[in-house]
Amino acid sequence: MIRIGAFLVGLFFAGWLIVSFGVGAAAYISEPPQETAEHAFHEKPKALTLASDGPMGKFDRQQLQRGFQVYKEVCAACHSMRLVSFRNLAELGYNEDEVKAIAANWPIQTPDIDPATGEATTRASLPTDPFPSPHANETAARAANNNALPPDLSLITKARSGGAPYIYSLLLGYQEPPAELAQRFPDSMPGPGLNYNPYFANLNIAMANPLGSDGIVTYSDGTNATREQMAKDVSAFLVWTAEPTLEKRHQTGWAVLIFLIIATGLGYMAYRNVWAGVKH
Amino acid sequence: MAEQVTMNQDGTAAIESDGVRRRDFINIAAVSFAGVGAATVLIPLITQMAPSKDVLAEASTEVDVSAVAPGQTIKTIWRKQPVFIRNLTPAEVADAEGVSVDGLRDPQSLQDRTVEGRTNWLVTLGVCTHLGCVPLGAAQGEVKGEFGGYFCPCHGSHYDTAGRIRKGPAPTNLLVPEFAFLSDTVIKIG
Amino acid sequence: MSFSWAKHYEPKSDLTKWLDDRLPLPRLVYGAIGAGYPVPRNLNYFWNFGVLAGVALVMQIVTGIIMAMHYAPNALVAFDSTEHIMRNVNWGWMLRYAHANGASFFFIVVYIHIFRGLYFSSYKAPREMIWLLGLVIFLLMMATAFMGYVLPWGQMSFWGAKVITGLFGAIPLVGEPIQQWLLGGFAPDNAALNRFFSLHYLLPFVTAGVIILHIWALHIPGSSNPTGVEVKSESDTVPFHPYYTAKDGFGLGVFLILFCAMLFFAPNFLGHADNYIPANPLSTPAHIVPEWYFWPFYAILRAFTFDFFIVPAKLLGVLAMFASILLLFFLPWLDRSPVRSGNYRPLFKIFFVVLLLDVLLLGYLGGAPAEEPYVMLSQLASAYYFAHFLIILPIISKIEKPKPLPFSITESVLGKDNTGIAGGPVLQPAE
Repeated sequence: MIRIGAFLVGLFFAGWLIVSFGVGAAAYISEPPQETAEHAFHEKPKALTLASDGPMGKFDRQQLQRGFQVYKEVCAACHSMRLVSFRNLAELGYNEDEVKAIAANWPIQTPDIDPATGEATTRASLPTDPFPSPHANETAARAANNNALPPDLSLITKARSGGAPYIYSLLLGYQEPPAELAQRFPDSMPGPGLNYNPYFANLNIAMANPLGSDGIVTYSDGTNATREQMAKDVSAFLVWTAEPTLEKRHQTGWAVLIFLIIATGLGYMAYRNVWAGVKH
Repeated sequence: MAEQVTMNQDGTAAIESDGVRRRDFINIAAVSFAGVGAATVLIPLITQMAPSKDVLAEASTEVDVSAVAPGQTIKTIWRKQPVFIRNLTPAEVADAEGVSVDGLRDPQSLQDRTVEGRTNWLVTLGVCTHLGCVPLGAAQGEVKGEFGGYFCPCHGSHYDTAGRIRKGPAPTNLLVPEFAFLSDTVIKIG
Repeated sequence: MSFSWAKHYEPKSDLTKWLDDRLPLPRLVYGAIGAGYPVPRNLNYFWNFGVLAGVALVMQIVTGIIMAMHYAPNALVAFDSTEHIMRNVNWGWMLRYAHANGASFFFIVVYIHIFRGLYFSSYKAPREMIWLLGLVIFLLMMATAFMGYVLPWGQMSFWGAKVITGLFGAIPLVGEPIQQWLLGGFAPDNAALNRFFSLHYLLPFVTAGVIILHIWALHIPGSSNPTGVEVKSESDTVPFHPYYTAKDGFGLGVFLILFCAMLFFAPNFLGHADNYIPANPLSTPAHIVPEWYFWPFYAILRAFTFDFFIVPAKLLGVLAMFASILLLFFLPWLDRSPVRSGNYRPLFKIFFVVLLLDVLLLGYLGGAPAEEPYVMLSQLASAYYFAHFLIILPIISKIEKPKPLPFSITESVLGKDNTGIAGGPVLQPAE
């Protein structure tokens, strides 16, 4: 009885799926899906090698400081970084007084309440404060940016599937839309306020080219601030903001793995000992 | 092929051969390694409950006391606990200095509890040393106790104008946190 | 214990005697996973995965309880409290990555455990109850994992909750009220997050309870083995301790090496980038997918694209997805072959391999975008899945000619068995 019922249920599901497949396949052949502009022009991120890559990866603190400078002088005008606090900058090699000075002199102040009147006000930031957002709220951010919301950058290298290479490629990917795009997909040409960038998912990004020319940042360590260098440094910095514990993770990982390999080796020998003489 | 397995009393298998001692050693080593590993895993499982980085970062605080007139007390928060900052009047200072230290439960002079040259600035935790209630006497109109300092309503501890325990169950004086004047008007606590 | 030669617990010290008279817990453990449980001597490494699943559950419970000390189940702060664990809590990053990857490894282990059961027909009499309880555990795991994925309140959390509860909306008439009741609102929000947190904390303990029943049921007939021939004499078995404790210890070491390599060097490999974006009810991710361990079922759900007369395609997909798991409950009565082990069933073995590849393909398709040719392929793969269990298995169990079985486990291992009569307790194992 169970098998007859099962047979009928199986026949129904399998049969209807085959019918659906047949109908779908016929449609697929008679009207093959049209190629989209994204499919034709979207590009995979370029390769980027950072010191933090791979299981032995460590942060290059000099590079992170340069990347922080790029964030501060270029990105911070529009992009918040709310999950990172000024105090975290100590991990980049800044000492306590430098951190304090960076927080106090940050161009955007931290929102607070006036202790005398209770009204909203702002004050200079303390090391314990997170980086203040350049916009009061999402509506203000959209209003100031042509209705596009600049994403928070704290987790950006983990929140985009391409990771740091994606950020790096995107920053250097601004270009004139190819003539072929205008011919084949006129609807996908960048509209007003949009910019063509083949590394962006739908090819048209609202953010204007932030690293338009070499030297828009003057590095305090004397490194030549080419566009390439700035894109690389800020990508490295954003790997750190997304996961400040990365170095500790790698170090702990090796200690744990080496211990486990030895313990498992011993475990294997003990297992062979116990079973010695018992065929199985 | 010998099939016979003899069992030791403790349940481990022993094979009658020359390798017994070496084999026992490996079994013991394997179990020991597992034990050490398990014990090490406890470290993160236990230390995760210790104060986190953001809590530790707030271990010190700076307070502007320019608006505190003599006779006034302000309450501020340091490490999520109340701190009383009191600008003592000359009479209160004299009162505190007039007490003989020897007879006190927790013998300390006002000088011991304040910064040199600024003995009028009494900075204490607003936490009764008995069982942790917040004493009265900081806000205007609150009971200051029999000795004009603070009074804890929970179990009736009386503190004097130097925050010293004078009467009631509290064992020690109100705790003075580590603090320093960064300028004439800014105190850094912690 | 069902085997007459099973050793009995004998307390040695005064303390253990005293305890044994009052609370015979050591006796219970001794009989369950100690020297008092005779186990077939010929188990291969696929029999390690039951213990590994138990270890995975314990790891999940321990790391989960710890994270609950730092996590806040409120839609306003859930995302930030998760990042607080990652950034500020001592070792928080490790505990959270262990919990997230632990879920994946739990499923890997359980899937291998299930396919072991399918190949060696561990579901057949007298072990049907073990199989049924195992399926209950699997369902509980799926519910727990789904609700756990909602807790970080990222984009995939939110949209996963919306899509999965939306499945209930496919039920005619009562669907929409049920969906709203599940969510406590019209879309996932604080009410849903809070109840998911509560249930996510509860269900692992229910799972642990069902696991105890699962092991209890296992100890009635004893463990199955790769030949599928039941234990006949003492020479067929070895005591669980030290033989299988040693083997499981080694297996656990290998498991932990793989798990830690993932945890420390590729902790986000199995996750989805979009879940690092805070939940946004106004913007759907370009490509919503559940966690990888749900992909085969997600592919079956999406394979139905045409209404069946009055039954809408959406409802068909939901029914098929639930049916794909529920049919496993009937498996002991669908496969009537008297032979258990796939090693002795040539025809079954071929179809088993096809099923394995089919499920892997379904997994791949479930993670792929909802475009052609993925949808068409998932229709074929889903059709095979149902046909395999509901049509092919019952038929091959009728027409197949199995290979000759060994007389006993001992014979299969040694090539001979001098114990003589089947079933009789033999005190002296043969030379």
